[in-house]
Amino acid sequence: MFERLVTEAPLFFNYHNMVFIGQAMARTLGMTLIGCGVGFVFGMLIAVVRQTTSSLLWPVRLVVISYVEFFRRIPFLVILFIVLFVIEPLMPGTSLFGIATVSVCLLSTAFLSEIIRSGLESVPRAQVETAQILNFNVLQTLMMVVLPQSWRVILPPAAAFIVMFIKDTSLASQLGVIELTFAGKMLINRGFSPILGFGAILVCYFALSYPLSRFAAYLERRLAPS
Amino acid sequence: MHHLEIRNISSSYGKLEVLRDVTLSADKGEVVSLIGPSGSGKSTLLRVLIGLTPPTGGNVYIGGNKVDYNSRKSLKDLRGHMAIVFQQYNLFQNMNVLRNVTIAPVKIKKKPREEAEVRARGLLQKVGMEEKADAYPDELSGGQQQRVAIARALATSPEILLLDEVTSALDPERVKEVLDTIRSLTHEGITLIIVSHEMAFVREVSTRVAMMDQGKIVEVGPPEQIFRSPVESRTRDFVSKILSH
Ligand SMILES: Nc1ncnc2c1ncn2[C@@H]1O[C@H](COP(=O)(O)OP(=O)(O)OP(=O)(O)O)[C@@H](O)[C@H]1O
Ligand SMILES: [Mg+2]
Repeated sequence: MFERLVTEAPLFFNYHNMVFIGQAMARTLGMTLIGCGVGFVFGMLIAVVRQTTSSLLWPVRLVVISYVEFFRRIPFLVILFIVLFVIEPLMPGTSLFGIATVSVCLLSTAFLSEIIRSGLESVPRAQVETAQILNFNVLQTLMMVVLPQSWRVILPPAAAFIVMFIKDTSLASQLGVIELTFAGKMLINRGFSPILGFGAILVCYFALSYPLSRFAAYLERRLAPS
Repeated sequence: MHHLEIRNISSSYGKLEVLRDVTLSADKGEVVSLIGPSGSGKSTLLRVLIGLTPPTGGNVYIGGNKVDYNSRKSLKDLRGHMAIVFQQYNLFQNMNVLRNVTIAPVKIKKKPREEAEVRARGLLQKVGMEEKADAYPDELSGGQQQRVAIARALATSPEILLLDEVTSALDPERVKEVLDTIRSLTHEGITLIIVSHEMAFVREVSTRVAMMDQGKIVEVGPPEQIFRSPVESRTRDFVSKILSH
């Protein structure tokens, strides 16, 4: 077997395959970062909406709470197929990558909104009241008082979630998105040994998630209460 | 016309009635102290005045103008004239001392930063905290934080300042520093509403003292009346108990 690897390796590590794997890696990273980035923005919006108390906004709160409770409870694979079947007829020609990224957004919005919400709620009520009596508006209170004090609660679990999602995007291979997992399968179908094919993919997943984990750990240390 | 007039204010937390028909006024530059047992509603009255707890009845007038606690604009206006210092200081933990004092003038009142910082340093000097301008709240003692909180409130140039037991979380040595700071404010024409358990201090600085019990004002009068010859027996009980400590 070792011999087979030695003879195959030069064939495997050719320019064409490297580009192929590189593109797959970019898709995996792209789905995760774009999806979670957008999810973070919408998650933030949802978390803020849920902090409001105005009776006028209760229908909005009801909608976002239902959204979060619903999407946190369905498997990612199911979301992928729902999005596929909804988007295909509406916007034919949307790339599979686009469909997978939208799915990541939908799911990460729900999860990240919960992470952000618990961060916002970790800031003592008195800090918010003090901002109010100094005539800060809602946005100023959020940006100048609440968020700066909640990053250290929000960032570690948010980063952990994103790192985890790098792995979960492999489910998009079921849809036919040529991301890392699917690329590995294709290489093997082309006759390369699974050890080389999946070995390379494994290294790629590690190369994507390890720096992110380190970065999260760094943030956690930096933001820890002194 | 009184500077601050509180007419028949009531307020509840859920079903619990905390303020009942509170009527009280303060003229410009007056120092009115609220005394009374724990749970009598002193803090709640201050919270109602600054618009953190909604009143369920009654009205508040500032310079003769009625405050509408349901209107954002009216609240904003009110908070432009009135400031509060809480018992728990509530400094913004993510900002250093100087920034705590300048943030409202710079970001809310749109004063030039330089000007606001000069003024803030002046106020910090006044409360004896100019050397700690760069420190963060968690690096300061309670008394130091309390004095910064007073400087922050003063930075908004309030005409009416509410002080809620600003010395009760401090050790006796710190109490003096903070009381000295407040004493220096009484000469500046700011109308002060003080909640305090420091009876000697209340007696010294107040123009009038209001005794509260179970959400009501039992008796209002000059300090000599309240502390020497109270009319109401409830006041007499409370004062004699607290003075004999
Ligand atoms: N957030 C709250 N929710 C429910 N009840 C409250 C709340 N805050 C205060 N109360 C109740 O309202 C009543 C008045 O409280 P308040 O804090 O105004 O009293 P106080 O006179 O300031 O007392 P102290 O001298 O102990 O500070 C008390 O019975 C208290 O339990
Ligand atoms: Mg109180």
